[in-house]
Amino acid sequence: MQPSLEILIKGARIIDPARRLDKHGDILMREGKIIACGDVIDTASLSTSHDVIDATGLIACPGFIDLHCHLRDPGFEYKETIASGTRAAAKGGFTTVCCMPNTEPAIDNAAVVEYIIRRAKEDGVVRVFPIGCVSKGRKGIELSEMEELAVSGVVGFSDDGDPVWDANLMRLALMYSVDLGLPISDHCQDHALSQGGVMAEGAVSTRLGLVGIPAAAEESMVARDISLAELTGGKLHLAHLSTAGSVELVRRAKDRGIAITAEVCPHHLLITEQRVMGKGVFSDANVNSYGYDTSTKVYPPLRTNEDIESLRIALADGVIDCVATDHAPHDIASKEVTYQEAAFGISVLETAFGSLMQLVDSGSISITSLVERLTAGPARVLGPKFEQFSSLAVDTPADIVLFDPVQEWVVDTASFESKGRNTPLEGADLRGQIIKTFVDGRMIYDNRAIRIEES
Amino acid sequence: MINQHQVMNEDDVRRAMARISHEILERNKGTNDLMMVGIYTRGVTIAERLASNIERFEGVKIPVSSLDISLYRDDLQQRIVPPIKPTTMTTDINEMKVILVDDVLFTGRSIRASMDGLQDFGRPREIQLAVLVDRGHRELPLRADYVGKNIPTSLEEQVRVRLNEIDGVDDVIIVRPSAGEESNG
Amino acid sequence: MVEANDVMEISESNYLDSYGNRRKHLLDLDSISEADIDALLVQTEAMREVLKRDIKKVPTLRGRVIVTLFYESSTRTRISFEEAGKILSADVINMGASGSSVDKGESLLNTGLTLQAMGVDIIVIRHPHSGAPNFLAKHLPDVSVINAGDGLHAHPTQALLDLYTIKSKVGSLDGIKIVIVGDVLHSRVARSAIWGFSKMGANVTLSGPNTLIPLGLVRDNASGVSGDSGILPKVITEPNLDIAMEGADVVMALRLQSERQNAGYVPTLREYIRRWQVTEQRLNKASPNVLVMHPGPMNEGVEISTDVAHGRRSIIEEQVTNGVALRMAVLYQMATGVNPSLAQED
Repeated sequence: MQPSLEILIKGARIIDPARRLDKHGDILMREGKIIACGDVIDTASLSTSHDVIDATGLIACPGFIDLHCHLRDPGFEYKETIASGTRAAAKGGFTTVCCMPNTEPAIDNAAVVEYIIRRAKEDGVVRVFPIGCVSKGRKGIELSEMEELAVSGVVGFSDDGDPVWDANLMRLALMYSVDLGLPISDHCQDHALSQGGVMAEGAVSTRLGLVGIPAAAEESMVARDISLAELTGGKLHLAHLSTAGSVELVRRAKDRGIAITAEVCPHHLLITEQRVMGKGVFSDANVNSYGYDTSTKVYPPLRTNEDIESLRIALADGVIDCVATDHAPHDIASKEVTYQEAAFGISVLETAFGSLMQLVDSGSISITSLVERLTAGPARVLGPKFEQFSSLAVDTPADIVLFDPVQEWVVDTASFESKGRNTPLEGADLRGQIIKTFVDGRMIYDNRAIRIEES
Repeated sequence: MINQHQVMNEDDVRRAMARISHEILERNKGTNDLMMVGIYTRGVTIAERLASNIERFEGVKIPVSSLDISLYRDDLQQRIVPPIKPTTMTTDINEMKVILVDDVLFTGRSIRASMDGLQDFGRPREIQLAVLVDRGHRELPLRADYVGKNIPTSLEEQVRVRLNEIDGVDDVIIVRPSAGEESNG
Repeated sequence: MVEANDVMEISESNYLDSYGNRRKHLLDLDSISEADIDALLVQTEAMREVLKRDIKKVPTLRGRVIVTLFYESSTRTRISFEEAGKILSADVINMGASGSSVDKGESLLNTGLTLQAMGVDIIVIRHPHSGAPNFLAKHLPDVSVINAGDGLHAHPTQALLDLYTIKSKVGSLDGIKIVIVGDVLHSRVARSAIWGFSKMGANVTLSGPNTLIPLGLVRDNASGVSGDSGILPKVITEPNLDIAMEGADVVMALRLQSERQNAGYVPTLREYIRRWQVTEQRLNKASPNVLVMHPGPMNEGVEISTDVAHGRRSIIEEQVTNGVALRMAVLYQMATGVNPSLAQED
């Protein structure tokens, strides 16, 4: 497609939760910004250099924002780079990603932040915002130079990969977060309770002889963090919630008016621990006959149907503010070993949307709410500066995603953009696929050649 | 659809076994140093019947042992074999005249395996072979000393000896499987 | 005496291979059928006869290569497999962890692929990680894998030989009461035994400190009976051993390792002994012909009193003898019928 002055998306169903918009219409982009959105636009009124995309049957919405992903760059480029990770993001409909600081070196100083921002500009195809460490080197002992990191461009703090295990350090970080106006995202995992654990503790872990991680390992720290948030008024964000107990704690905290936010990952909404035993993802059949499939090894671990049910309800009613991917790509060598030795993590960016559509199809959540949890929801966590990326308001950057809500496709990791092929969804049948992704009005991902009328 | 027809009835079986028993006694000039080894499954039953015939004719009980040849087969990679049954060698076979007994003689591989098996128990003076049915198609240079009946067959057919103690009836039938059925392995 | 069945219909797809694959493996007893267990026990009977002969050698697995790959040291189990293989005339090669390529950091996958490339037929593996045998079976399509103990998961041949030992003494396992006492959490033998016994119709009761009974086996059901979810077998847990012992037909004592006390699983050794040691006095509450078993090695004076360990009710030595026969039966099953063709009756 030739770079042109104007791009018109014609006849889409436009879903823009930030502005409570859900109607059929057109969207016009020019020079990277949204010029018009909602009403039907007469092509005759356009400039001479324009492209028209026929979006009949498709849904247009703001590009998705991912609060939580691992780009592995710098330090683990054999698992992923900013280039490959952002291409994967684009394919998944994400136009903004926040990358976690467990890189090598960790994002605990301005130099690393600047490296990432520069790399993203040069090689990345979507917006990349670094998240800084809470503690120096993620060691959990000393607070990092949070102010320096904020100035150099981080959009939040986390020791993800690890919790902020020292409660006093967490308290201090939350107090700083008030000053800086940036959220602290905690990976809630009490190491004492989870030590040696490789999957959820329960009947399946007993059957497979694997050491289990109890729900209490997450919930005890969620409770602790909520107390600290109440104490400090700090901007607490709870990463990758996975248990019904955690949901309950967050619900009660919000009922009491404590301003915290929370995210959930697609896999915790869809796949149970039985998958580790070899059962199918969306059915009871035995698919992986030998079991111990390391593509299921993730922290927090996959849990029970009761947990899934609770998380779905919380996502639908807003107790959980958003979906984040926790995209954690790994090289084959890290996963093609015994379950105990395998690395934790699932490659999520390219399957997130397709798998989340299962929730819409099953009636757990409406399509508008799902889009909200992928756009306005995450933007709210990050702060007012991100509103411009999370809506289709006029004069905001044209970060737009076009998707087909009924297109069926089969997950084929061989065609992934991400270097990480580690997903339990390999071979799964999904319904709902990203068709085109735009960042700043440029089409950075194109799945299907839809009739384009060239001028 | 399965096609089967009977080639020996109850009386035929009885007479054949009686005749074999007499032939054994004639050729060996009595029962001295004689023992029977039946090959599982039906060879054992036949051996027991032959021995009881001999006891009736001569008043002497000769020892009957049983041998499971699964452990000695050369085609185990191909076969799903029935479970092994415990071999019972009731007598020391050294310097004895062993009458190996089986129901059907076909390619000869069972017999070869049996002789290997016997070797593990000692060194008989002589081994003779008695079978109820010889259906031809030998793949090894072996022959039976005592044969109840020679029945020419084609390769697709199966010959089944049925014995009262096991199958509830005494006879020999030929089964011709229809297209799509495998031969009984 | 275990009776031989007549010719059984054993189809390729379900014999010892519940994983739906052509190559057969013995990875655990989780999904084995009662019929398959029965068939193996019958085979064991036949193999025991071979062990009674003067010349303990049959040519059955001549030309097959069996490798024992033990990442954890073990004398008894490895020798048992080695003897089983050699009696069947297979070539048995022992690979230990120390001094080998494994020691030099070669991955399990690469070790397995190398062995497969060398034409090995059967790998017998013992490994500290649960699922390691499954991992090999998944990645080595041309090799049969036998689990000789993986992590906390399973030790199927040990459980099978215990089943055989009991069956040879009591005839049928259906409806008998088996009590397993002690550190179930860390015993892969116990886990396989629980599966095996319950599949054969026995009633299994577990007794021991709460901290040493795995989750899921305790908590599934308020009345102390697990197994409703179908993921775990049905067992009863009864922490009071004196109550648990009542009417027991078989008592299996599990080894309590001293590390468990240090790690805080039991308050003191003395307390454990007081509440859960298998003693003559406790056995008096059981059925009059109760049998006592122990997977070995024993900590006499801890989980089992000395007089019981060597007493008339103990069948511990028989367990060892039956082990070779059982493993012969397993090897025989692994190696046969792998490439079934239209083999003719002869």
